[in-house]
Amino acid sequence: MATDIIIHDQKDNVGVVVIEKVTPKQDCECWIMENDSSIDIQSLDEIPLGHKIAMADLKEGDTILKYGHDIGKVVKSIKKGEHVHVHNVKTKKW
Amino acid sequence: MFTTLKQRSGRIMEIPKSFLGYKRENGRAGTRNHVIILPVDDISNACAEAVANNIKGTIALPHSYGRLQFGADLELHFRTMIGTGSNPNVAAVIVIGIEPKWTKKIVDGIAKTGKPVEGFHIERTGDIGTVMKASKKAQEFVMWSSEKQREECAMSDLWISVKCGESDTTSGLAANPTVGNLMDKLEPMGVHLCFGETSELTGAEKVCATRGATKEASDKFMKTWSAYNDFILKEATDDLSESQPTAGNIAGGLTTIEEKAFGNFQKIGNCKFIDVLEPAEEPKKGKGLYFMDTSSAAAECVTLQAAAGFNIHLFPTGQGNIVGNPIEPVIKLTANPLTVKGMGEHIDCDVSKILSREMNMSQAGDELIKTTMRVANGRLTCAEALGHKEFVMTKLYRSA
Repeated sequence: MATDIIIHDQKDNVGVVVIEKVTPKQDCECWIMENDSSIDIQSLDEIPLGHKIAMADLKEGDTILKYGHDIGKVVKSIKKGEHVHVHNVKTKKW
Repeated sequence: MFTTLKQRSGRIMEIPKSFLGYKRENGRAGTRNHVIILPVDDISNACAEAVANNIKGTIALPHSYGRLQFGADLELHFRTMIGTGSNPNVAAVIVIGIEPKWTKKIVDGIAKTGKPVEGFHIERTGDIGTVMKASKKAQEFVMWSSEKQREECAMSDLWISVKCGESDTTSGLAANPTVGNLMDKLEPMGVHLCFGETSELTGAEKVCATRGATKEASDKFMKTWSAYNDFILKEATDDLSESQPTAGNIAGGLTTIEEKAFGNFQKIGNCKFIDVLEPAEEPKKGKGLYFMDTSSAAAECVTLQAAAGFNIHLFPTGQGNIVGNPIEPVIKLTANPLTVKGMGEHIDCDVSKILSREMNMSQAGDELIKTTMRVANGRLTCAEALGHKEFVMTKLYRSA
């Protein structure tokens, strides 16, 4: 039942790392909290605890969904398994 | 004593139908039985503290304001004072102010609850004479209140407020949704619920507005949030993009202000709010969830919620906030295992097993309900045992 990544909502296209870090090419177990189900993903980057991983390929202008909601826009294309953070995602607020 | 409630997940959870509380004259019930010594203003703190020192079992609530305030700021001062004295966790009140007029206004406001309350003013008497007179009355009140017994009270007598602090990614992942799970389970029992933190909903404000139970509630929320946002845009030298999320938030993995806000927002579960309250305003529309316009500073927010009549507080934290309140017990929960390990004396409910998937959200919600019931029945919170009594008045603008 160990989990490496937690995903809040089934609609989310990002998950959150809950182990100390994931390393490139690591096969990770993801837990989708909303429906208590599991999926797998292979990481491409090193991603630390609390940081996000892309669960799908994302292109510039796409919306990031977490908690099932819009939390910002992609400003640099992201591959499934890559680290998602301030270098490739920005707020839509300002 | 127990009823069954079918959960969204389909499992059956036993939820208590009652708790052991103190029944008050106005029909409310308290989880605590305090006799408070309430100073009207900053210069009456010494007197109030002297009385509390004389009479064991009483508690003074010193604060920094109450002189030369005016307009909405003065109204908020009176509302907070009267509301604090009126809270059902308070059995009886001694009010001490420098002048008779404002002292009487607060006494009269609290007296509407039917509980024992007496006011003393210092002018023309001095501290020593006032302390003597007030101490005699305080002794009478505390000995009277000490005979009050806990009785079986309906779950609907619980008024639960929530506020998070020192948040990190574990807050949005687990501790805040645990509070949301509790709300989803207890709302049908007829409890009053309250969340606040106007500033920290920025980024999720439009979605939050859709959670109004009526169009009126939604519109009122947007009006309140917009007034706050206008103030920020007027006062701030930039658009907050440099400070929200903070550098610490970003290091912890939070990318945008929206992400931070949605983490905060997990605390209300699937509930809808029925009304929007002014700071320290008592809810008047019956059971259900309310939004209150508050600061996101912990002690200010809890003080306002206690003044609105809430009698038990849930406080999810990530890195470990330590806040308490003199009259409203503050229950801390965290999902951060490092916080449990490093500062466990502040944590009433540990839900860190969610992160390792040894506990699901419903089980975490059940754990929090159990902790809440124990505290409602009289178990001290960590903050109470450690002596945290932060009583912080909200001030809207400078005094005259």
